[in-house]
Amino acid sequence: MIVQALIDQGVDTVFGYPGGAVLPIYDEVFQQNAIRHILVRHEQGAVHAAEGYARSTGKPGVVIVTSGPGATNAVTGLTDALMDSIPIIVLTGQVPTFMIGSDAFQEADTVGITRPCTKHNWLVKETDALSGVLHEAFHVATQGRPGPVLVDIPKDVQFATGTYMPPKPSVSHYQPKVKGDMEEITELVAAMEKAKKPVFYTGGGVINSGPAASQLLRELVKATGFPITSTLMGLGSYPASGQNWLGMLGMHGLYQANMAMHDCDLLINIGARFDDRITGRIDAFSPKSTKAHIDIDPSSINKVIKTDIPIVGDVGHVLEDILKVWKSRGRKTNSEAVAKWWQQIEEWKAIDCLKFTQTGKVIKPQHALVRLEELTRKHDRYICTEVGQHQMWAAQYLGFEDPNRWMTSGGLGTMGYGFPASIGVQMAHPDALVINVAGEASWLMNMQEMGTAVQYRLPVKQFILNNERLGMVRQWQELLHGERYSQSWSEALPDFVKLAEAFGAKGIICSDPDDLDDAIMEMITHDGPVIFDCLVEKHENCFPMIPSGKAHNEMLLGEAQTQGVIDSKGSVLV
Amino acid sequence: MSALKIKKGATSHSAYNLRPTFSDVEERHTLAVLVENEPGVLARVIGLFSGRGYNIDSLTVAEVDHTGHLSRITIVTSGTPQVIEQIKAQLGRIVTVHDVHDLTVEGASVERELAMFKVSGTGDKRVEALRLADIFRARVVDSTLESFIFEITGAPDKIDAFADLMRPLGLSDVARTGVAALSRGE
Ligand SMILES: Cc1ncc(C[n+]2csc(CCOP(=O)(O)OP(=O)(O)O)c2C)c(N)n1
Ligand SMILES: [Mg+2]
Repeated sequence: MIVQALIDQGVDTVFGYPGGAVLPIYDEVFQQNAIRHILVRHEQGAVHAAEGYARSTGKPGVVIVTSGPGATNAVTGLTDALMDSIPIIVLTGQVPTFMIGSDAFQEADTVGITRPCTKHNWLVKETDALSGVLHEAFHVATQGRPGPVLVDIPKDVQFATGTYMPPKPSVSHYQPKVKGDMEEITELVAAMEKAKKPVFYTGGGVINSGPAASQLLRELVKATGFPITSTLMGLGSYPASGQNWLGMLGMHGLYQANMAMHDCDLLINIGARFDDRITGRIDAFSPKSTKAHIDIDPSSINKVIKTDIPIVGDVGHVLEDILKVWKSRGRKTNSEAVAKWWQQIEEWKAIDCLKFTQTGKVIKPQHALVRLEELTRKHDRYICTEVGQHQMWAAQYLGFEDPNRWMTSGGLGTMGYGFPASIGVQMAHPDALVINVAGEASWLMNMQEMGTAVQYRLPVKQFILNNERLGMVRQWQELLHGERYSQSWSEALPDFVKLAEAFGAKGIICSDPDDLDDAIMEMITHDGPVIFDCLVEKHENCFPMIPSGKAHNEMLLGEAQTQGVIDSKGSVLV
Repeated sequence: MSALKIKKGATSHSAYNLRPTFSDVEERHTLAVLVENEPGVLARVIGLFSGRGYNIDSLTVAEVDHTGHLSRITIVTSGTPQVIEQIKAQLGRIVTVHDVHDLTVEGASVERELAMFKVSGTGDKRVEALRLADIFRARVVDSTLESFIFEITGAPDKIDAFADLMRPLGLSDVARTGVAALSRGE
């Protein structure tokens, strides 16, 4: 019955790990061929893999794990998916109903533990209710602001026979509003017509809304000529090669993007949530602007930043209406003022905040990414990351041309996300080039998934920028804790090449900038999983950086560039 | 590193003290929340309040529509206007919440609470307690030679006032139901 429900929901792949409390489900899995089950090596890996699958396809990811430890191991992944609004359905086994509450073997209060880290969860106590709940679970996970859901199924409920109900057009009372209010939309269009210094600030909501939303966004940007920046989660909804692209904004965002946010007079937030990594100091955030906010989740509006024009609705629907209204009112913009605004932006861009020089015999991490970009750009490529400096550099130095091609843990910042996520992505896109840009410390957190990659012959490329440091922690300690490097070394690292070989995969090590291109090519062309140990400069810092608690215009541009910038821009910089 | 101009060891730059700057005048609001009567729904609501650091001044819950499986939760909470708006929006996000009403802003409403007070004493104090109870229309629901239990219904401030009067007269135990509230008129 459970497998039938999954099939009827269009599921082709599930990630999971068996155990006593899910044996009946696994028995069903065994006796069918419609759904492929991927056996991970740790339940956290299953959830991240499902996240990678979901984010790269737009379809929900599905996970099956056992009760007790299986469920608790899934908690980090659930929280990650909740923070980043990823649709995930997790099925957990539970001890039989008559043993619930008795501290039975492998019993945990799974719905209690996961209540705050799921969008919704259910404990199903009757087999007859099971199919209905499963269909509702898919509905809730995917409708409105997407998120993870969990269905806890006691073993006796799995065993018993009940009536199966196929999915039907939703009878659920949960029907989030997708159309934006026309009055607010018109007010936004009027503001767009007058704006002298407008900027689009886009986020993961554009990607969650589906490919059509990205298409509409591109059309709107092109038609209005306004500059556009994006959060970490929104990269790819507007192409990095696009004319109006400012680059990512936020704590490690680009100079021109953050300066534009600070100086703009109209800020149009599309599917982003004013996260603290974006805003910096709240009371100095974009002080001169009228703020519009488009979000499907009403609780995002006015949560952090006061909004002048709130629009609750799905990004795709709202963008369509904005375009319609804007066109019907004569396609007006204040083009003269906007041209002047662009002049200012070009000046900021000229500072070239990502500039670095690769000298000597040690690979700079930025250089490694520039080369990776150059050599993989033309491929059908998906990028995952772990969490740390390498993640920010990947966001800065790689170019994303399309949505759903960039998988990273934004809201929760989960080290160990990237490798399993890359497995999920590769499952969904068997012929694509899937690369996980990793830090050595993060990668070790879920390295057991090498077994999964090898077992299913998934040619995922683990591109490890190995600085032998918890680099991001080290950077903060250098800048904010008097260079007291407490516990931020990666000691006793494995030999990654031997590690790869021990799993039956390929390992590549590279430490010389002159060998880098060849080594990367070797990684790309190898038909199978690869661990690439790229030994990089150990003390490189990630810039630009808005130190926390500072405003956008108090950005640090880094060691090398600070002097020149202070000359030309005077007092804006700290 | 001097170019960075951050004082070494300046740990005051915490990443986590970025509270928004809205009005900070606290208001008290009564919310009526209509929820599906499923196991766990109360935990969801309470977990939301504790997880996000909101206040609960009073909370009552009971099924109000047996056939529709609906319960009504009445919550009295306090916070700045922005926090109150967040609370309502966050409640609205809970999948099994059908409706959230802010009775404090949606026109006039009636609030009632039931309380029981045990007052122990003899002599003049005992007589005075009974006399005041009469004025407050509190009913005696149990009595011994040395104690009364009074039952009183009314708006929360009336109950507070009664409690204040009973305290010097030997108040020993209080049980309050929390606020139930309905909007007036249609
Ligand atoms: C599970 C988890 N634990 C701790 C942290 C805190 N943290 C953030 S970045 C980081 C260091 C990451 O090191 P590495 O993966 O080597 O990346 P690098 O910064 O060196 O590029 C740590 C410990 C985290 N984000 N996630
Ligand atoms: Mg590292």
